[in-house]
Amino acid sequence: MRFRPDHELHRRRASRNYGLGAVLLAFAALVFGLSLVKARENGVPGLRQAGAGAPAITAGESGR
Amino acid sequence: MSDATSINHELEASFGDYFALLKPRVMSLVVFTALVGLLVAPVSVHPFVALVAIICIAVGGGAAGALNMWWEADIDALMLRTRARPIPSGRVARGEALAIGLTLAAFSVVMLWLATNVVAAGLLAFTIFFYVVIYTMGLKRRTPQNIVIGGAAGGFPPMVGWAAATGGVSLESLLMFALIFAWTPPHFWALSLFVKGDYARAGVPMLPEVAGRAATRRHILAYSLVLAVVSLALGATSVGGPLYMAVALVMNALFLRAARAVARRSDADSDGDRHRAERALFRLSLLYILFMFGALLAEAGLKSFGMGGW
Repeated sequence: MRFRPDHELHRRRASRNYGLGAVLLAFAALVFGLSLVKARENGVPGLRQAGAGAPAITAGESGR
Repeated sequence: MSDATSINHELEASFGDYFALLKPRVMSLVVFTALVGLLVAPVSVHPFVALVAIICIAVGGGAAGALNMWWEADIDALMLRTRARPIPSGRVARGEALAIGLTLAAFSVVMLWLATNVVAAGLLAFTIFFYVVIYTMGLKRRTPQNIVIGGAAGGFPPMVGWAAATGGVSLESLLMFALIFAWTPPHFWALSLFVKGDYARAGVPMLPEVAGRAATRRHILAYSLVLAVVSLALGATSVGGPLYMAVALVMNALFLRAARAVARRSDADSDGDRHRAERALFRLSLLYILFMFGALLAEAGLKSFGMGGW
């Protein structure tokens, strides 16, 4: 239940807060999207090594 | 009177006031020319990387705008056209504009580096430095050629876009820079001939006030000739083609005719018909830049269908 209508001051502050929130969300989305694209384009060295190493360990283990 | 009403809410900044610091109208030209620079480059870029690059260039341009408003708050308060800007109107503090400008400049350059390459990021950093330090802080209030120097700052975005795709600088990107560089003076001086600016009150030496309006008319024609040469030279490079050349020939013919009409008039003629020729040249200059960069984009589009180009 609202007792008093929002003051113009609150409206302006709210617009700042929502605006900054939107900017930060957009920034996070851009960094996330960029990370996915870069990982797909260039590959992820750590993951590739792990992928290459995994069968070797398996082979070593199977040879025991 | 309650506490709430004792605060002047007109001085409370909304999000739009901070956005206005970034000069959105200038940003739209920056986005358009940078996008063309990126898309006409012979190297294809992942669409998402291209999107990030364009956002970085736009934000970098906006950061330069915020730093410009930080430095020019004193003269903005004196001129009718700029009096309502966020800082002179009291809604945003100068220090806030400085902080926002520096933060966005740093973020845009680093993000462009991460998204594309060091050349594009370096060019964006130099663009911001050139616009803020060389143009705004250094030369704008010292020389009547300030518009020419400002035009150089405006010419960098297509070079940054091109560098984002190719990782370098080439004849094509330099000529795109030169196109905007040569276009800016006739565009702004045409405006200055029919909008009675109050730059004199703010102590900014604009060409019509320092060298005279007749000299400004001659300067407009001279730069229009340079513009025609540059735009045709750009058409002869790898980004040009028959379509671009056709558009360039028509637009330059129209532009030179309009510039000659302005150069041949006296102020009495101009006042007599309420600056008709000057207004016509200004309107044409807007169409000119849109059509020329649009034609470059169209050539690149045709090339992807096996047509276009030389």
